[in-house]
Amino acid sequence: MTDWSPLWLSLRVAAISTGMSLVIGVWCAYWLANRDFRGKEILDSLVTLPLVLPPTVLGYYLLIVLGRESSLGQFYETLTGGPLVFTWQAAIVAAFVHSAPLLVKSARAALEGVDSTYEWAARNLGATEWRVFWSITLPLARRPIAAAGALAFARAMGDFGVTIMIAGNIPGRTQTVATAIYDAVESGQGALARTLVIAVSLTAVVILTLANRLNRKAEC
Amino acid sequence: MLEATLHKGFPGRAESAAFHLDLQFTAATGVTVLFGPSGSGKTLTLDLIAGFTQADSGRVVLDGEVLYDSRARVNLPARSRRTGYVFQNYALFPHLTLRENLEFAARQRPGGPSTGEMLERFRLSEVAGRRPSQLSGGQRQRGSIARSLIGQPRLLLLDEPARGLDSGLRQELYSVLAGLTTPVLLVTHDLDEGYALGAQMLVMREGHVIQTGVPRAIAERPATAEVARLLGTYNVLPGPNGQWRCIEYRHVEARPREGELREGEFAATLAHSYEHTGGERLEFAGGLLVDRAPGPLAEHWAVRFPPERLRLLR
Repeated sequence: MTDWSPLWLSLRVAAISTGMSLVIGVWCAYWLANRDFRGKEILDSLVTLPLVLPPTVLGYYLLIVLGRESSLGQFYETLTGGPLVFTWQAAIVAAFVHSAPLLVKSARAALEGVDSTYEWAARNLGATEWRVFWSITLPLARRPIAAAGALAFARAMGDFGVTIMIAGNIPGRTQTVATAIYDAVESGQGALARTLVIAVSLTAVVILTLANRLNRKAEC
Repeated sequence: MLEATLHKGFPGRAESAAFHLDLQFTAATGVTVLFGPSGSGKTLTLDLIAGFTQADSGRVVLDGEVLYDSRARVNLPARSRRTGYVFQNYALFPHLTLRENLEFAARQRPGGPSTGEMLERFRLSEVAGRRPSQLSGGQRQRGSIARSLIGQPRLLLLDEPARGLDSGLRQELYSVLAGLTTPVLLVTHDLDEGYALGAQMLVMREGHVIQTGVPRAIAERPATAEVARLLGTYNVLPGPNGQWRCIEYRHVEARPREGELREGEFAATLAHSYEHTGGERLEFAGGLLVDRAPGPLAEHWAVRFPPERLRLLR
């Protein structure tokens, strides 16, 4: 009997991480797309960094920043009564850091792709920047942003390196599908590995198809 | 009442020459037409007044309220200027229906006419549920004007609103504009539009106003040869002392040549001729243009400039 719990955990982690990416990432993309401020280039580089660094390096940084010795880690512990590292919540952080940059990049392009005439028309009618964003820019960019969300979801599901560094590989608790496949191969459970590989591949194909369809409609 | 003094410079780049806008004008109630060729700074002027772009220096006062003053460091954001801008492509929000477009505007500045009233007034009630992509050009245009008026702007800014519309829809637009009590600043490079609408016309070229006045008066008495050229109704020919001899196409006298030239006449050879709505245009070798009532044609002509119609301009 296949243990599907790693797949369910991965789906749950990816869903929560994508939700966070959409909120934080789109906000970040908006600032990068529309505002000129000091340190914009630095912020842009920081956002891009996780796309190019080895996942283990990211995981190492997160361990330092969120570990039990760190002030952030201790703050989390006083809030929740337990440490963050090596819990399934840490897997969410891992997935977020791994996938949000992708969303920021795509969302920024999507927001910059909105014809600014509509935004000026809205301002001319008396709309505040917040109103312009919510009622005009975001709805006009919704399809490519949704497509970016789908890609971020797929990437969040696929994370291995960051997850294993800060969430570990505890079966039934922090074992995601990527780490479970590694385990299965290591311990010679070929059938389990194959089943999980097929399940992940199918999920990815479905998500990518969805993302492509959203992007194609956005171009029309 | 609008009073504007505006300065704005763009440095030259590899792909574009330097450009300087430098103008001062006032616009009272009624339609003020900004007339000029492409690239003369007409749309930029509207954008500066609407607050889409910031001037380098200057001052814009609308009905006594300072919208922009570089010295006093006043620069109201676009949303607080209460101008109504009708974009060249109308800029109706594509993801909203026409009614939702108007409702969006009404929500930003409540207290004006209701959405239903405006739809009724602009004969759009039946198509109010449609998206902009499902509307005709005329409906989009009326919708865009209705949307800009719903917040009761103090000034209406129109960027070539009649571009691409057939003459029936143009007439309709002109009658809509004639019925407005709001001052209107309208950009066009169509002289006929200036005639049809303009209480006042500013002739612009390369970022400067080169003549101001009632359209008919400008057409009859262009201040410089440059204005005469822009009007597109004048022959502008080299004259004495670096001046230009300007005469309207319709004022040149031309007859098929039979026998000797009379006093004041000179010989000309016809290159082309074609009929247009106002009559017939003759184009002579050398570029001289003549408008006349259709009549017999020939190759060799006798042409005369009546001295009282000839204007010597700098």
